[in-house]
Amino acid sequence: MRASQRRQRVIEVSAERAWEVVGQAALLHLWFPGITSCVVEGDTRTIVLGSGVSLSETILTNDPLQRRFQYRISGGLFAEHLGTIDVIALEEHRCLAVYSSDADPGVMAIVLGGATGGALEELARQLETGVGPAIDALTTTET
Amino acid sequence: MGRKILFITTDQQRYDTLRCNGGELSRTPVVDSLAAQGVRYERAVPQSVVCMPSRCTMLTGQYPTTHGVWMNGVALPVDAPSVAAVLHQAGYRTALVGKPHFEPFLDPFNRFTENRVAATGLPTAQSLQADGGMGPHRGFDHLEFAGHSPVGSLHYGRWMVENHFDALGGFYAVLDKDLEVNADGGGDTGAPQVQVNPVAREWYHTDWVADRTIAWLNGLDADDDWFCWMSFPDPHHPWDPPASELGRVDWRDVPLPAGYVEDPAERERILDDKPRHWRLWYDGKLVSNYEAPTRWVPATMTADQVREVNAVNAVEVELIDEAIGRVLAAAAAKGWADDLDVVFTTDHGELQGDFGLLFKGPYHVDGLMRLPLIWRPAPGAGIEAATVTAPVGLVDLAPTFCAIAGVDAQPWMEGHALPHHDADASARGFERVLTEWESELFGVAVYLRTITRDGWVCTTYRPGTVHDGSEGELYDLSEDPLQQVNRWDDAAVRSIRDDLVADLVDHLPTPRVPRLPVDAPV
Repeated sequence: MRASQRRQRVIEVSAERAWEVVGQAALLHLWFPGITSCVVEGDTRTIVLGSGVSLSETILTNDPLQRRFQYRISGGLFAEHLGTIDVIALEEHRCLAVYSSDADPGVMAIVLGGATGGALEELARQLETGVGPAIDALTTTET
Repeated sequence: MGRKILFITTDQQRYDTLRCNGGELSRTPVVDSLAAQGVRYERAVPQSVVCMPSRCTMLTGQYPTTHGVWMNGVALPVDAPSVAAVLHQAGYRTALVGKPHFEPFLDPFNRFTENRVAATGLPTAQSLQADGGMGPHRGFDHLEFAGHSPVGSLHYGRWMVENHFDALGGFYAVLDKDLEVNADGGGDTGAPQVQVNPVAREWYHTDWVADRTIAWLNGLDADDDWFCWMSFPDPHHPWDPPASELGRVDWRDVPLPAGYVEDPAERERILDDKPRHWRLWYDGKLVSNYEAPTRWVPATMTADQVREVNAVNAVEVELIDEAIGRVLAAAAAKGWADDLDVVFTTDHGELQGDFGLLFKGPYHVDGLMRLPLIWRPAPGAGIEAATVTAPVGLVDLAPTFCAIAGVDAQPWMEGHALPHHDADASARGFERVLTEWESELFGVAVYLRTITRDGWVCTTYRPGTVHDGSEGELYDLSEDPLQQVNRWDDAAVRSIRDDLVADLVDHLPTPRVPRLPVDAPV
């Protein structure tokens, strides 16, 4: 059975600033609690979860104009998966981040939904305070 | 030196599975003896009929609406209030051995402390406390966890993998290949979630929980004050106790439960008299609780399957009783017999064939709502044996533990220390108990609120995806102990219904804002 989950968070920074983090696929583990490592090679991203489970993801969309990032987890427990992160501008210094998880089995959509909710909270915390490993990584990249 | 507290919980155990409560299948001499020496409660009611909200109520002394764990899969915040933390701060040594489930089990990201702590090798984790400081996780300075199977990262699973790997395959697979709760049947009758498990008895989680509790107790000094929550995962399904013990109860000799209506037409007439989610589940058209297998249709359950489930459940109950006996003997050997309070209960019940149903869900009837609860006060406390008929709740446990320890009940606790007898209950206003249900799963939303008072059980429904909010249930427990006659629309008792609904509304706690998110299905 397939299921779909959606989490969202208003973040008090510009959409451009939020996208600087979200659009860098290799930074995911720095703002997603429960992901311990993340390696990107071409359009393949390999992540390791806190339980030690390794998952291979295919990056489908990384569109800085729409500010949409999409990826698909292949294999493992999943018959089907699509993850989508949208960053939507609300005001000059305010945006909405939406993280959607579609999955079969549907149970995994619920599990991913819970985890993505935690990730959005951490993303917002780092962006709004300007402190955190993802921000540090951006700074390193910028310099 | 103060009184020691052994808090024993089982999971999903019916009131009538104990001999002292009139049960006839299981032999439960140890718990029966505690009841004979202590206070036996005849109308103990949970504040939720699923594990996580109910267990969080026991820990916090709060209703689900207040502590925020409104359905399975919602994690209790790490800094939620905890009676264990209160006792820890009062100088008690504190332990939880067995099933916790204040946080989701299904957690591949390892986001939750319960799933992480077993890997650390440390006795506990340091977590944020309700008072803003740091301290042992939820107030327990010793944690050793077990679930319903050895699969997963908890201590029992790790112990099985390290020591008895070959025995793992004998346990029932709780989830199927699609991660749905398994509907496969087994045993002699093909009953769902029944499996003959060749595991040695001493490797099964019931004995493991007792063994680890005894090990912790043996590590204490004789003059330590202590609070130990010993939490057995059984007799919750799957029903896969050690095969060596199955001969205790032959399912062929098991009478059908009083709540099982043999005639399908009569059974369906009774179900049709209740709000529509009852019949929809029975027909396999709706599941509103993840733990009920979606691929199992209750209407297909045979009478023999009901017998076998009840037989295997009874075996698990007996094993728990014997395990408790070993722990009590160990405590006595340490010289604590006169100072030891023992509280025995469960988080919620099990339908176990009532109305042709198994497992649990948004069904506020005695199978799920009437719980075994026994408090054997320390013999030195001078509290006389009694039977309490007044309604009490699991929300009353946390303040009871405070009272035993000589600590003030905390302002955040919403219950009251358990009464010692009916006159005490009357004097202190034990008049009503509330029970809540909320679930939102795979597009199905169900919301119930129930009051138990004056020998009636009254359930109101809020609008969801199955109900429009006009539905209800009203049962007269004295005239209709099996809750087969729904009198919600009976004009003859309209004033009783209106009074109960008004009383329910008056006493509902204020909802926590914002509502906590669902992190997993269970």
